[in-house]
Amino acid sequence: MPSTAQYLMLSGTLFAVGLIGVIVRRNMITVLMCIELMLNAVNINLVAFSHQIGNLDGQVFTIFVIAVAAGEAAVGLAIIIQLYRLRGSVNVDEARTLNG
Amino acid sequence: MDSVTSQMPLLVFIVIGTIAVASSILVVAMRNPVHSALFLLLTFLCVAVLFVLKSAEFVAAVQVLVYAGGIMVLFLFVVMLINYRHLPEEKVMSSVWMGGIGIGLAVFVLLATMVSGGVYHEPAIDADRKLSTVTETHLTAHPSDPDKLVRRTRERENRNAEAVAMALYTDYLVPFEVVSLFLLVAMIGAIVIGKRELSVEEEETTPQYILDRAETEKEIKEAMSA
Repeated sequence: MPSTAQYLMLSGTLFAVGLIGVIVRRNMITVLMCIELMLNAVNINLVAFSHQIGNLDGQVFTIFVIAVAAGEAAVGLAIIIQLYRLRGSVNVDEARTLNG
Repeated sequence: MDSVTSQMPLLVFIVIGTIAVASSILVVAMRNPVHSALFLLLTFLCVAVLFVLKSAEFVAAVQVLVYAGGIMVLFLFVVMLINYRHLPEEKVMSSVWMGGIGIGLAVFVLLATMVSGGVYHEPAIDADRKLSTVTETHLTAHPSDPDKLVRRTRERENRNAEAVAMALYTDYLVPFEVVSLFLLVAMIGAIVIGKRELSVEEEETTPQYILDRAETEKEIKEAMSA
């Protein structure tokens, strides 16, 4: 059976890859995908700890995180569509009106 | 044979974990968002397998249904709504890519040192059984007195989905309702943000899809002649 530490290592790797994607990529859709990747890494952590202490609460929290991720993806993609209509581009570097 | 079967989960973990990490790196590296989305789908499926290994069958099913089913369709729809051919060729990477990779590697090193240097509890001995057992209280006839009822508890094993449902509908009932409200708000928000505002004249005159079609035909013609 893979140990909890191995699971945590894997989830840390996925989280770091997602973080790199969020910072490095310029396409908004890909940035949103990388955020989903990071949330998934957190889910792996929750499930691994839930198995280690033999308690179901981690799995319940994972379901809540999945629900929040679904809502976040829907709203984020709506914002992306609206930004595309407004500017004709999905580049994060161009959405800088709040910059002043 | 016995050693092989006992090593099987570890083997599955190594193979599936490698695929998950590789496809997550490809999500970041792919230029075309459709390819990114498909590699993200592969990552989600691998993570679902990892959930099954930790006896979280219901969460794995929810992962496949919600992530691989719902969110992925949403992403692909948006990728198809946004026409990439019309966007100018741009660099994939942001100007701060070096700093981004540096921060990511720093976070990874931080997490890795925390994980490898951490002191862990002894893992629960029969975690698989605990995570899939439903304890339920029921009333039965008293053994000697027929007019009385006694309370008994009964354990039913191998029911992860039912155990999660028990936790969700008893201990976590209020958060569950809050999540349902949250999903409603998110749905209304997505519709309100995403809908296109039409001006009064536009609503009264030509339907938009006809204008869109004419525009698309013009674009196709231009592309063909170019």
